[in-house]
Amino acid sequence: MKQKVRPMETFMGAMFFACGIIAIAFVLFISLYLIVSGLPAIWEIGIVDFLFGTKWASTAAEPKFGILPFILTSIYGTCGAILIGVPIGFMTSVYLAKIASPKMASIVRPAVDLLAGIPSVVYGLIGMMVLVPAVREAFNLPDGASLFCAIIVLAIMILPSIISVSETALKAVPHEYEEASLALGATQIETIFKVSAPAASSGIAAAVVLGIGRAIGEAMAIMMVAGNVANMPSLFSSVRFLTTAVASEMAYASGLQRQALYSIALVLFVFIMIINVALNTLLKKKED
Amino acid sequence: MKKLNRRAFLAVCGAVALTGALAACGSSSSSTAATTATTSTASSVAETLSGTVNTNGSTSMEDVMGSLIEGFKEIQPGITVNYTGSGSGAGITGAQEGTCDIGLASRDLKDTETGVKQITVAKDGIAIIVNPANPLSDLTIDQIAQLFNGEITNWSEIGGNDAPVVAIGREAGSGTRDGFESITGTEDLCVYQNELTSTGEVIANVASNPDAIGYASLSAVEGDATIKALTVGGVAASEETVLDGSYVIQRNFNFIVSDGTELSAAAQAFVDWATSTEASELIAGAGAVPVAE
Repeated sequence: MKQKVRPMETFMGAMFFACGIIAIAFVLFISLYLIVSGLPAIWEIGIVDFLFGTKWASTAAEPKFGILPFILTSIYGTCGAILIGVPIGFMTSVYLAKIASPKMASIVRPAVDLLAGIPSVVYGLIGMMVLVPAVREAFNLPDGASLFCAIIVLAIMILPSIISVSETALKAVPHEYEEASLALGATQIETIFKVSAPAASSGIAAAVVLGIGRAIGEAMAIMMVAGNVANMPSLFSSVRFLTTAVASEMAYASGLQRQALYSIALVLFVFIMIINVALNTLLKKKED
Repeated sequence: MKKLNRRAFLAVCGAVALTGALAACGSSSSSTAATTATTSTASSVAETLSGTVNTNGSTSMEDVMGSLIEGFKEIQPGITVNYTGSGSGAGITGAQEGTCDIGLASRDLKDTETGVKQITVAKDGIAIIVNPANPLSDLTIDQIAQLFNGEITNWSEIGGNDAPVVAIGREAGSGTRDGFESITGTEDLCVYQNELTSTGEVIANVASNPDAIGYASLSAVEGDATIKALTVGGVAASEETVLDGSYVIQRNFNFIVSDGTELSAAAQAFVDWATSTEASELIAGAGAVPVAE
């Protein structure tokens, strides 16, 4: 039997399609815009001088546009945040998924969600007013604003995503696996580390990649605690990230300096793309 | 809202849509302002003028120009004043070559820059601030330069505590940084521990670090007890000492106009108004010291 034509159905179908297209359109537009506005400066400065130059002095009489300090800072900062954040995040998720009593979990879980909802500028503000002076006192430094502070702030900021994704992965491990392990005489801790965690490994890996993505893209909070001087990174010196390099100079930039900031954004975009591809690959592997 | 409009204004530079928004913002008080303007302005602009005035130059003058442009809109709604921030040098060149009506320079003209004259519209004082715990209260301008360029690395070298000097500055491109570095002769030489993107952050950092030294616009530090403004060569920073020239870390905000060619009526009206006492409050509100008497 021939189906009746329903105009509302067709119309809504078209609406949903249009909304779906909007997301693609924005991604395409942003990619194209960054490539078009980011490439000229790279071309003018020279890709080697740009990516591997160690000196950034954008407003000097003889400007230098080397972004290696920013790239390394972003990589070190992200690695540091992962080193601190992942163990804590993983343990918390194990606690929530396997050990905590329902009552305890009902207190911890909302707290973790709340942590995710705190605006990054608040992290930055508290970092600047509490963490930076504390680090200065604790390590007897002239000034506390440093890569170290940025790592601490980033580690806290990536906790919620790591915790919630790993917890979901751990909960998805079939109970039979764990029961079998316990029945064979393994303790609860042995079961968690030797059975549950390996079974959930791809989900935990996805959590780590998500954390990396969040850490590398953060600007506001670290701008307030990292010092923002374009030094080659070391743990207790004032450093500038890729994100903060763009954010701190954009307001007044002009000419080649402005174009170079677009180029930095393009480099950052490429980093994020790589991370996203990695995440998608991991998730696909998990499905298979 | 005000800030938003100004930013957008700069970005679009005279976009039609914004003209409406700005007019709407100021419409409540425009009628009274317009009456006083027509009676007292030096050039006695009785009729309503129209036209476009292009200004180009110093990024340090962005705040002052933003306030002036908004204020002028209420008095002469028919005139659109555009501002482009490209640096003092470019502003002076623009006035010489006639690519803009009024060049903007946050420094005085050099002898080599001919064919143009400067009209000082405001002065900008930059305060040198330290933590209240710092025992020093007076520095010379040379000592300040040495503290920032890394020649003095410990406060004890100039009679302070035995503690490292922590120089805190603004980001590259900031007008305050440009002003401070050009007055102290430390362009591209400053060794900063911390480069922050706003005056408030500089003050907060100096307030929390006993060994820090920073600089901030004069208007931002007056009456702030969390930091201590130093006297420079024995002179405290204040509006009076900036005006009479005894406080040295200051500079002029100048309009640069051509010697040869006459300004358009619209541009002349803007210059006359901006240098009159009517604009003083707006200039002070933007953090500079007005010079009109």
